[in-house]
Amino acid sequence: MARDSGIWQNSFIFISVDFNFSLRPKIKRQQLQQRQGTKTGKKKKMHSFGYRANALLTFAVTILALMCAIASLSDNLNTPSPSAQIEILNINWFQKQPHGNDEVSLTLNITADLQSLFTWNTKQLFIFVAAEYETPKNALNQVSLWDAIIPAKEFAKFSIHTSNKYRFIDQGHNLRGKEFNLTLHWHVMPKTGKMFANKIVMSGYHLPEDYR
Amino acid sequence: MIVSSALIIWKGLMCITGSESPVVVVLSESMEPGFQRGDILFLQMSKDPIRTGEIVVFNIQGRDIPIVHRVIEVHEQRQSGEVRILTKGDNNDVDDRMLYAQGQFWLKQEHIMGRAVGFLPYVGWATIIMTEKPIIKYILIGALGLLVITSKD
Repeated sequence: MARDSGIWQNSFIFISVDFNFSLRPKIKRQQLQQRQGTKTGKKKKMHSFGYRANALLTFAVTILALMCAIASLSDNLNTPSPSAQIEILNINWFQKQPHGNDEVSLTLNITADLQSLFTWNTKQLFIFVAAEYETPKNALNQVSLWDAIIPAKEFAKFSIHTSNKYRFIDQGHNLRGKEFNLTLHWHVMPKTGKMFANKIVMSGYHLPEDYR
Repeated sequence: MIVSSALIIWKGLMCITGSESPVVVVLSESMEPGFQRGDILFLQMSKDPIRTGEIVVFNIQGRDIPIVHRVIEVHEQRQSGEVRILTKGDNNDVDDRMLYAQGQFWLKQEHIMGRAVGFLPYVGWATIIMTEKPIIKYILIGALGLLVITSKD
């Protein structure tokens, strides 16, 4: 490194100046000291390559982190206004499993407009529909019935006809005549930064009184 | 410069988020296309109960690497307030019961290390490379050591 060679140069100069001291007369000592001063004390130091690379890298990483933070903060400026409706078209079947847990299969019609949730910093929207209900044993049960990934704004306005992707199984046999909410949740997954999540709760759905 | 500031940020994050490991690297493709291998996730652990849809990081007994998946079922018991959680990776077809320990059907709040609240793409690749090809880790440490010895700071 330049600093290394500088030290060697300095020692070389010291040695040569020392040599001169012993041989030259005293009158010229002041002049020699002045020269010594400019060569050693006030020598202009250049930063080494390693030092500069290190400083550049740190600066670049800091700026990148700052840009990611600003991108994430810009998501807060967006005021979304999503809307959704879910309709139960049919209860396909409703049975008690061999282990004693209730299970129900539904066909749903899910209509939603989630276009306002997309910003320039959004990579995708993860949405899912969950059934929420309570039972004597459990204060809250949330069972996810269906989910989807919306990769872009064009796909965010949709209407889909589907049976439940995941099994709706209770911990127990409490589902007969049960009243439950259907919630549409969405998770905004950004290109970088903070993730947001929210939901719309739709209530007033019932399960039939008897098994079918 | 860069190493010391990284260390300060790490320790600071540990204090702010209240979690023992505030940053994790995504190692598998089970959450694609949302999270790719090499992304890092910022975690936070609060006392709020876990609810469906949250992306959580948890450890299974007998496995050392933490798993990052989404919660798809929550059953909260009335008496004890205890929650039973079922998770699934977005890109997987089945839920995680196969991954849990023998005889374990649900996760509990204590198994969860944190919730993912933020995300940075690609930054975790350095960690993945160093774990999968440890020779690179040794080369880096050797080079850093050499730098420390030979610099005249």
